[in-house]
Parts: sequence; structure tokens; C-alpha cells
Amino acid sequence: MADVERCVLVVLEDRKLLEKIKELSGIDLSVCMQCGICSGSCPAVDQMDITPRMMVRLIQLGREKEVLDSKAMWICLSCFTCYARCPREIDFAKLGEALRQVRLRKGLDYIRISEIPEEEFKKLPQIALVSCFRKFTS
Amino acid sequence: MKIPYYPGCTLKTSAKNLEVSALESAKVLGVELVELPRWNCCGAVFSMATDDLIHQLAPIRNLIRVQEMNEKGIVENENRVVVLCSMCFNTLKRSNMFVKEDKERLEKINNFLSDTEEPYQGNIEVIHFLELLKNDIGFDRVAEKVKKPLKNLKIAPYYGCLLLRPEEIAIDNPQSPKVLENLLEALGATVVDTQFKTRCCGSYQTVNRKELVAELAYDILNQVKISGADCVVTSCPLCMFNLDTRQEEVKKAHPEFKTIPVFYFTQLMALAFDLGESFYRFDLNYVNPKPLLSEKIF
Repeated sequence: MADVERCVLVVLEDRKLLEKIKELSGIDLSVCMQCGICSGSCPAVDQMDITPRMMVRLIQLGREKEVLDSKAMWICLSCFTCYARCPREIDFAKLGEALRQVRLRKGLDYIRISEIPEEEFKKLPQIALVSCFRKFTS
Repeated sequence: MKIPYYPGCTLKTSAKNLEVSALESAKVLGVELVELPRWNCCGAVFSMATDDLIHQLAPIRNLIRVQEMNEKGIVENENRVVVLCSMCFNTLKRSNMFVKEDKERLEKINNFLSDTEEPYQGNIEVIHFLELLKNDIGFDRVAEKVKKPLKNLKIAPYYGCLLLRPEEIAIDNPQSPKVLENLLEALGATVVDTQFKTRCCGSYQTVNRKELVAELAYDILNQVKISGADCVVTSCPLCMFNLDTRQEEVKKAHPEFKTIPVFYFTQLMALAFDLGESFYRFDLNYVNPKPLLSEKIF
């Protein structure tokens, strides 16, 4: 296959992903003006490999795969602080959910329940376990 | 006054101290919280993917139970359901809004459930117990019932995320909430304002990234200490776990850290009403609050 054709295919696949994320989250990311208040507000940003602002920019540029391979969406706490402060009212938590869903719906679980130590299982409240499994398993 | 009440899973186990203290305090205030028959887990988190209707079934089934309570005369003309757990509150309220704002969604869910359930009419309102205290009972009435004012106790209210965000479900001003403050003042306590009262405790990451949660808890609890408070008050069983039980992990990472008690707001209400040990269940709190209480109150 010629390089040009391969490029076209990659672009088309990326576009599909962009549409999928838009469909799952209902968010129009083109309104983001890259102010970075989301990253500045995130209590877990120092653990992320790419910041929430970068995540949006990469999607805008059609580089969704870099986002999907990042660990940032798995660090998101769904605390809605970024959404509360975003001047463009982008619900970033929904975007994180859509990105996770793209992975999870392919059966690619992020955690293995069997790997949680038994003593932790006994200690953790049900809402911790249920919410974690809802976010990280398909 | 009888009103339907949704407990959720955790209130029947590790957060039993939240449930028993709330139900008994409500009785003192003339409110009977009537548990929903055949309630089920709400799913703990609201499913945010727009096409995901299947995860709305669990919350909506619970709202159908409230409808049935009215039809069977268990409650009279009471279309509200009271929730104590912040996560259940957020999930039920958001699911309710999600199906109410789109008739097609509601119809699809009703069609799916039609073998076993009556259709959900979309008339139920989900409220948090703090809203009932503020709007229906009133903090003056709460203050009247106080037998043992918590006057020497300096308390830092901690709201976390899910009572206040997203804004459309908030029980109070999401930037500057006052409901816990007003309640604690009615109980005679000294309220201490802290910088991180609406900052996330780390939520479900406590399962697979407990070190991250321990760091978040460390920051929040240090702010509480800097502000001069003796203890923290919360309404959420997951915030409770992360701020209270995870202090064990905080100590591992920061050996100089001194533990600080964390309470449910209902435990302090029961204490101020002098309801007796069996309604406080301090044995379920990880950090033993008794030394602090015997120094400040008894």
C-alpha cells in the first residue's frame, strides 16, 4: 500500500474516533480555547502523563490514539472540578468517560479484579468497589 | 411526616453508623424515613455515555419503588425520596434528570422494564437528607432538640464532590456551600472553614491507587489541621473511607502525621441529641473519636 493511501486510511480512522467520542460524550471540543483551567484545577494532574488541556488539544488535532494510549483518562477522579470551572462549559468528565468507553467496549479492561489483594477487598466499602469496576471494567 | 428513604449498599455494612444515627435523629425531629421495599444497588456512579441506557435501569427501578409506595399507601402523596449517601444521591438524581429530559429515553427504559415493572412516570424527586433538614425541618428546630451542645468542638465540614457537582444537581451553592456549616452551628459546634472542603478525596481510585488517595487525604487533612479544627465532618461513605480509614496509608507515607477523627454529620447530630452509644456507632470509625469527645464534650 502506498504511503499516501496509508495516511488517508489513518486520517479516516482518526476521524471516526473523533466522531465516536463526540457521539459518546455529546461534547463539541472545537469550542475549547486551551486556557488550561482544567489542568490547573485537577487534583490528580501531577499523576497524569498528558494534562486534560493537552488531551483536548490532541483530539482537536486528530491525534486521538495518543490520548487513547495515555494513562490520564484512567487517573481522572470524575470529581467535575474542571467542568465546574471551564469557561466554555466543557464537561471533561464526560470526555474521560467516552475515552474509557472506547477502550472498554473492545473488552480491554483496565484493572483485573482478581489482582486486588484480599485484605483490601475486606476493607473497601461496596461503593468503592462498584464505582471502580464501573469505571475500569467492561 | 413519613418519607421514602433509599439507603444504598454501603449504609447496610461499613456505613451502618451513618444510617442508624440518621434514622434515629430524624425520628427526634418528627420524620420517619421509610426504607424502600426491594431496593437495589444504584450503580454507585452515574453513567455519562449518552448512548448508555442499560446502566440507567438500576437507578430508575428504585424510583419505581417510590411510585409503588405511594400507590400502596405506605406513604401518602410523597413523591420525594431521601438519600443519605452522596454517591447514591448523585447517581439517582442524575439518572432521574437524564430520563426526564428526554421522553424517548424514558419510553425505551419503560419498554425494556415492562415485563416486570410498572412504567416510571418521571414524577419522583431525589433529595439529600441535608436538604430535608434545611428546607423542611429547619435548623431552628434542630437547635431546639439539642441536649448536649457540641460547644467546644471545632469542626471542619467536608463536602467532597458529589453533593455539589455538577452544578445542576447541587444541594447548595457549589462554590461556597453553607448547609453543613449551618447544621453544625445549630448543634452548638464551632465551624472552621477550610480551603479544601470541596476538593476530591480520590474517590474510586482508592481501589487501585491507594497511594494517590493517601496523598489527597494528606493534603485535605493537613489543611484541616492548619485551620485549627479538631475533626472533619462528611456525608459520604467513600469520602469517609478515604479520609478516615486511609489515614493508615497516610501514616505509612508520612510517619510524622497524627491521626484526626472523621465523623458523619448524622453521628454528631445524634450525639448532640444525646441518643446513646448504639446510635453513634463510633466503633465503625477507623480513627477512634472518643478521646477527642471525652476531652471536649463530656
